[in-house]
Amino acid sequence: MLLELDDIHKSYPGDAGPAPVLRGVSLSLEAGQTLALTGESGSGKSTLLHMAAGLEVPDRGRVLIGGTDIASLGDLGRAEMRRTRLSVIFQQFNLIPSLDVAANLAFQARLAGREDHAWQTQVTRRLGLDEHTAKYPEQLSGGQQQRVAIGRALAVRPDLVLADEPTGNLDEALGDEVITLMLDLVAETGASLLMVTHSDRLAGRLGSRLHLSRGQIAA
Amino acid sequence: MTRTALSALLSHWKRKPFQLLTFVLGLALATALWSGVQAINAEARSSYGRATDAVGGGAGEVIKAKNGGPMDAALYGALRRAGWRVSPIVEGWVSVEGGRVRLVGIDPFTAPQTAAAGAAIETGPSEFIAAPGRLLAAPATAARLRTSPDLPPVIDAPEIAPGIAFADIGVAQALLGLEGQLSRLIVVSDQTPALRSLNEISPDIERQAAGSAEDLARLTDSFHLNLTAFGLLSFAVGLFIVHGTVGLAFEQRRPVFRTLRTLGLPARRLIGLLVAELMVFALLAGIIGIGLGYLIAAALLPDVAATLRGLYGAPVEGQLTLRPIWWAAGLGIAILGTATAAGSSLWKIARMPILAPARPRAWAMASERALWAQGAAAIGLLAVALIAGTAGAGLVAGFLMLGALLIACALLLPLILAGALRLAQTAARQPLAQWFWADTRQQLPGLSLALMALLLALATNIGVGTMVSSFRLTFTGWLDQRLASELYVRAEDDAQAGRLLAYLTPRSEAVLPIWNVEIEIGGAPAELYGVADHPTYRENWPLLSALPDVWDRVADGSGALINEQLSRRDGYGPGDDVPLPGGALTVVGVYSDYGNPLAQVLISPEVLTARYPDVPRLNYGVRVSPDRADALADGLIRDVGLAEDNLTDQAALKAFSIDVFDRTFTVTGALNVLTLAVAGFAILTSLLTLATMRLPQLAPVWALGLTRARLARLELVRALVLATLTLVLAIPVGLLLAWVLLAVINVEAFGWRLPMHIFPRDWAILGALSLVAAGAASLWPAWRLARIAPSELIKVFANER
Ligand SMILES: Nc1ncnc2c1ncn2[C@@H]1O[C@H](COP(=O)(O)OP(=O)(O)OP(=O)(O)O)[C@@H](O)[C@H]1O
Ligand SMILES: [Mg+2]
Repeated sequence: MLLELDDIHKSYPGDAGPAPVLRGVSLSLEAGQTLALTGESGSGKSTLLHMAAGLEVPDRGRVLIGGTDIASLGDLGRAEMRRTRLSVIFQQFNLIPSLDVAANLAFQARLAGREDHAWQTQVTRRLGLDEHTAKYPEQLSGGQQQRVAIGRALAVRPDLVLADEPTGNLDEALGDEVITLMLDLVAETGASLLMVTHSDRLAGRLGSRLHLSRGQIAA
Repeated sequence: MTRTALSALLSHWKRKPFQLLTFVLGLALATALWSGVQAINAEARSSYGRATDAVGGGAGEVIKAKNGGPMDAALYGALRRAGWRVSPIVEGWVSVEGGRVRLVGIDPFTAPQTAAAGAAIETGPSEFIAAPGRLLAAPATAARLRTSPDLPPVIDAPEIAPGIAFADIGVAQALLGLEGQLSRLIVVSDQTPALRSLNEISPDIERQAAGSAEDLARLTDSFHLNLTAFGLLSFAVGLFIVHGTVGLAFEQRRPVFRTLRTLGLPARRLIGLLVAELMVFALLAGIIGIGLGYLIAAALLPDVAATLRGLYGAPVEGQLTLRPIWWAAGLGIAILGTATAAGSSLWKIARMPILAPARPRAWAMASERALWAQGAAAIGLLAVALIAGTAGAGLVAGFLMLGALLIACALLLPLILAGALRLAQTAARQPLAQWFWADTRQQLPGLSLALMALLLALATNIGVGTMVSSFRLTFTGWLDQRLASELYVRAEDDAQAGRLLAYLTPRSEAVLPIWNVEIEIGGAPAELYGVADHPTYRENWPLLSALPDVWDRVADGSGALINEQLSRRDGYGPGDDVPLPGGALTVVGVYSDYGNPLAQVLISPEVLTARYPDVPRLNYGVRVSPDRADALADGLIRDVGLAEDNLTDQAALKAFSIDVFDRTFTVTGALNVLTLAVAGFAILTSLLTLATMRLPQLAPVWALGLTRARLARLELVRALVLATLTLVLAIPVGLLLAWVLLAVINVEAFGWRLPMHIFPRDWAILGALSLVAAGAASLWPAWRLARIAPSELIKVFANER
């Protein structure tokens, strides 16, 4: 099992005591599997994704990646995990504004110490970014920026891609196009994908889907 | 990994060189402020040194004839051969238009490294020595000397104190008619031990401490202490600015930090990289800042010969020299300041959840909680100040009080401003005005460090200005009182005293005995003086408190006057009995005695001679009309054979001390400019940083129909409003500061208190300057806002989630 979330609980401090967001969520994902996570706004999808990435710590429950409880890894271990095994794609593009497109694309791979020029060139071309490599993020459109974020995530050949509404900022046609590119690249690298989305249509394109409702997985 | 992450961090600066510039410049300016103040302090000190030099004829020890008269020049050779390291001096007066000028002949090769010797060497030794020789004098004195056709060519030497001229010893001997004679020999400080004793060489000479200027020197000690306090204050201003600058450098890059962490850069590595980056920048900025401070100080100070050589610390007397210790201290400030400033930011980054809001806005809107914490810290510091002020004793307590007070006031500033703005907001009726005040309040946290720096800069300027002006006013007034006699003479022995009295009595209005013995009061040394009953004292003596018939009671022998030092030390006041050898006397008055480290008691000369029949009767004050004083002094030297050193010319002494204060005024003026410029720069960088962060707040108002030009004008008004509020608060803080300097620190250090004088006109000037600084700082951000492309504003809406 590549990713296992086991009975995850999380609350945030609210005005009237801690407000529970996740109330015992469990799910698992095998290598090469793709899974869509849907649910209404505020249901805790992003929170769950952040837990899976080790960006936030659950109040209760375990997150296992490749069988290892990430709580046991410590900050350094989790950072290494994020660098080498995971890629996160956010709704906002999370690019480094002071680096050009080529540097942004290569960034995580370089950070992980496994740059693969041939693969990177291929990713760049597949995402249609060849002409833009010398530009800076602020000179790109929203769809282009999101393609750079996807390229950066896949250039490192991760085991697991975690995507949080990667096309939430794009119109439907453009969103479909970007998702297609992403699914192709994920399939090619053999990575697993956990994708949060609002759209039933997009969710249908993934291998399986789960619905989150009031902090729990709905049947 | 490290290289990739570092290049990402540094790429930010490459894309935003202006932010890098403000970062390095902010650090550099803070360091410049510190090193500039050091340089200026040193210059103030050296000009005191020069003034006392001229009055006392140099520091250290001299060899003189026992009878006070001239010595045979051959003694010089004898002493040198015996291994003494001495340098010959001949002294006298030359009469020129507008009064006398003191002429000092020196041997430039053996003279100690004084300003005059330095200038002489610079003139060219051969020109200086060979007939007709050269005279060196301060420009104003030089102009007077040039009116006399009999004198050698005169060279302007700004580093020499006014009223005095230097020449080669041979030239001076000829001009003064003292061929083959010397006035004294300066003993060079590093003597080889085991010398032949002076007595073996000649029985008629003796070694003694130089200088009748010790009082002045002691007074200047107090001044130096206050200048040191100023140095520390400027350090605090610098720290605030560094803090703000470093904080900005972090906040601007928070989105990048967040991305790096999500992509798997460990927090420790990120912090390590940031520390390394900061240290490199701090070092670079420190070096720039020190050089800058030195050059600014040199440019702002008149008369300072600052050369590039001075940057390397080559000690040239009379020139501004950047000593290695300044380099060390300056770099220390830059690095230490950066470290303390970065400490809190780094701590925040280390503790921050990875996904904390990446928007720098979060920083600009410090929470209410933080504000209250700041208020609590301020109150804690005020308590510390209060305890140090009441329970503490000594200089350390005084400085602790000073520091705690200032930082507390700075911390309180944002709270007070927030309160004032809230009031304005509730009072506002118009929607635009309401928005303006609310928006100003929102910006306050982002500007508060810069405003605190402004507050400290203004308070420091007001405080030090008040201190210096009070010093000048009090001191010159006091000199008038204490040195009421036109001339002061000291006879070598009773025979000469007899001759002096015989000579002076028909030629002056009064000859007032000033006889004294050294006694002990309460186990500590004290001076007991006998002073005649004369209007000179009755009209002029600076009494702090007294019984009604004070002078009559001194005259009839039943009362004694004591100085402030004794009064403070042992707690005597008017009406108390002070124990004196031979019986206690009633204290009838207390007088101020600035600069005297000893307790002093004044009684009538009759009581003094009755109790001490052998008291030496050698010192006298001479009252004579001021225009005749010069001639009388000449006569005393020529006809009675009084040694030059035994004669004090009140006018000359006063001229020197006033010159010293005037130099200090220039110095503080220069400092005002410097500190305000730095505070203005801090405001500028804060405003520029806020400008980009504030677009989301401005865009809606713009969209609702306010023009960009209107918004820009409001930005300008806002800066001026905040600066004015800060100024209003700075005045009481500055006065408090002056009070601590004059009434606490000075009393702790020297045992006497300086009355505080207030100069509202100076505040007005300072206020105008600070408004100019704030206005200038906001001009550019406002202009940029007025010219911003509408698309930039529209982007705000597009990017909003
Ligand atoms: N840092 C936080 N502090 C407090 N509450 C939070 C925090 N992050 C999320 N929440 C709350 O947790 C709940 C779930 O948030 P989350 O972002 O996971 O929802 P989501 O399902 O991703 O919604 P959306 O579809 O709108 O993105 C929300 O009610 C949100 O207000
Ligand atoms: Mg979400």
